[in-house]
Amino acid sequence: MAVAAEERLHVERKKPRPLSTNSAIAHAVKDLDVDVVAAYPITPQTTVVEKIAEFIADGELEAEMVHVESEHSALSATVAAALTGARAFTATASQGLELMHEILHIASGLRAPIVMSVAMRALSAPISIWNDHSDVMNARDTGWIIFFVSSAQEAYDTVIQGYRIAEDSDVLLPVMVAYDGYVMSHTMEPVVTEDRDSVLAYAPKRSFPYKLDPEKPVTLGALADPDWYYEIKYQIVEAMRRALGKAREADEEFGRRFGRKYGLVECYMCEDAKSLIVAASSYAATLKAVLPRAWEEGVKVGLLRLRLYRPFPEDLVVDALSRVDSVLVIDRAISYGAPYQGPLANEFSGLILKHGLGVNLVSVVAGIGQRRMVDDDFLKLARLAWEARTVRKPETIFYGVRK
Amino acid sequence: MRIDIRWHGRGGQGAVTASEIVAAAAILEGRYALAFPEFGAERRGAPVRAYTRISDTPLVPRTPITNPHIVVVLDPSLLTRETIEGLREGGALIVNTRLSPEEVARIVGLDREVRVAVVDAVKIAMETLGVPIVNTAILGALVRATGVVGLETTLRLVRERFKGRLGEANVEAVRRAYESTHIETILPPQTA
Amino acid sequence: MSSEGSLPAYYEIPPGGAILEPGSSLKYKTGSWRVLRPIINQDKCVRCRLCWVYCPDAAILELDEEYVTSKGRRYKITYKVNYDYCKGCGVCARECPVNAIEMVPEPIGGEE
Ligand code: SF4
Ligand code: SF4
Repeated sequence: MAVAAEERLHVERKKPRPLSTNSAIAHAVKDLDVDVVAAYPITPQTTVVEKIAEFIADGELEAEMVHVESEHSALSATVAAALTGARAFTATASQGLELMHEILHIASGLRAPIVMSVAMRALSAPISIWNDHSDVMNARDTGWIIFFVSSAQEAYDTVIQGYRIAEDSDVLLPVMVAYDGYVMSHTMEPVVTEDRDSVLAYAPKRSFPYKLDPEKPVTLGALADPDWYYEIKYQIVEAMRRALGKAREADEEFGRRFGRKYGLVECYMCEDAKSLIVAASSYAATLKAVLPRAWEEGVKVGLLRLRLYRPFPEDLVVDALSRVDSVLVIDRAISYGAPYQGPLANEFSGLILKHGLGVNLVSVVAGIGQRRMVDDDFLKLARLAWEARTVRKPETIFYGVRK
Repeated sequence: MRIDIRWHGRGGQGAVTASEIVAAAAILEGRYALAFPEFGAERRGAPVRAYTRISDTPLVPRTPITNPHIVVVLDPSLLTRETIEGLREGGALIVNTRLSPEEVARIVGLDREVRVAVVDAVKIAMETLGVPIVNTAILGALVRATGVVGLETTLRLVRERFKGRLGEANVEAVRRAYESTHIETILPPQTA
Repeated sequence: MSSEGSLPAYYEIPPGGAILEPGSSLKYKTGSWRVLRPIINQDKCVRCRLCWVYCPDAAILELDEEYVTSKGRRYKITYKVNYDYCKGCGVCARECPVNAIEMVPEPIGGEE
């Protein structure tokens, strides 16, 4: 796609401003000219919605804010709004995402092109307001496109990319943009925001093609008997496949227009690495800063940052894995009673088998309920990944638990 | 280059706001910075920690700071050995207190070379704001003792954060603290 | 696995199974489900409209047809059953306040 000369000018460095990831997401919603926001407050997501409400009150965003009594209603209203052709947004975390679970499937099943941000948080019981990935991991088979982002800037950019992908008529799937609660949601950092015209030129509103319209009646969500249900669910399988290419294209075009792109996965210090650590969101950001220390001690470990999780960027991950002897997968959720108790580790194990890769896998569960992890802990994980080149570690390691 | 600042305060003293103002100042000055609190019990009077990381590059860990270059203590009752845990040799310790740098060094058991800066932020806050919220006054001391961000940028951000008359009162608090901060380089006992 | 060669493949179905043709339920003649068929006794019927309200399949028709009862009472409207869609649930017969609707066994093999 040709980029106009004026658009190219935007690539010039703009002045970043200090924003938290929650605020950055609210800014993205404003700059995308979202029409309908329906959300229910939950820590640590609350300030996303507060900031959006502020934009609406100040006249900076003309949108309908639907006050609902639960997350179940929040997502229901968001889905319905999207199906009328509106650009719709919601945000949640933790128990809120769990309460939405039923509607998660309905959103993808109805092909509602919505974007939702998730400030990832642990699940009750016991109550924890702190961060891990249990909420999003429980939503991984709901037919949503899922991104994990590692900075406030990336959150802003990915919400914008999200609408371009979701509203593409070849995709029509809801998009989740997930980031670490507190560790990112409440951290202030530099963010460059773009003007609305440029954002809308990149992600023009392409409303739902079969929208609810009294002038042109359609039926959505009808009963599908056994002769029909399977095909309609299989459509999501195919849409996910197409979403992979669309996500790549969306990121590249974003890079051309705004000067920032991320890739679907990011391989950091992978050249000459003999081992990889797989991590997402804030852990990936931390590893980037810590890994150089590992290399100083001869521990040549790279980082495979999972940015797009669904659809899974299989080729890119396999390519990275094929060049190392071991991979350590950090899971921030527990798959109770599973062969590996980390959900990601199970997927990597399948991937290694499927592609006949000679890679030793180490499954590590860490940071559950935001159990403290300091730089030295990440260094220890790097050493563990390195050791695993020659020593097999068949069982999931519950890093940092008191035993 | 990276500078890590750890803030020790009590809920209500404004440690988190101060940590954010410093990060925002660094960002305005063209550097990368993160500011984040130690999340959890945000109750008035409870001990809180906050962190600011300033760097030339975005490669910054999102972890709690264990080896700070600078420790800022907003409440003198928090002065213990734990406060200076991991504080780097050659680093700085900024304290709101009426005590002298030497007395502070003795209380925390300082065993490495550190620049200790003290300011009576409570007195300044009472005189300028009328309440013992010391976060802006302590900013003046931090800027003076370390130059980690510029005074003018800090004043601009304080003015933005606290609008109107409150802004001017806070600006005055920063300025007075900047002027009245007392700084000593404390050497380890054996070399002193 | 598919025995229904005539049904569309997944890509021939609009995304999410959206039904783009309005009123397509008219194609679905639920009348074939009937075991009992409601018969409205036009002489007894007092035109209260309750059957029309309660019928879950909108199979009671309210027609602008005049009717004069055997006692000479003149009505401007007539209620009739649309047997293409009436599934014989009996709700109308149950709700009719004057028992004007009788459920009778469905004639077999088109005999009527
Ligand atoms: S039997 Fe049931 S479906 Fe038929 S007309 Fe009466 S209420 Fe309607
Ligand atoms: S409910 Fe009975 S009386 Fe009333 S309109 Fe129907 S058939 Fe007639």
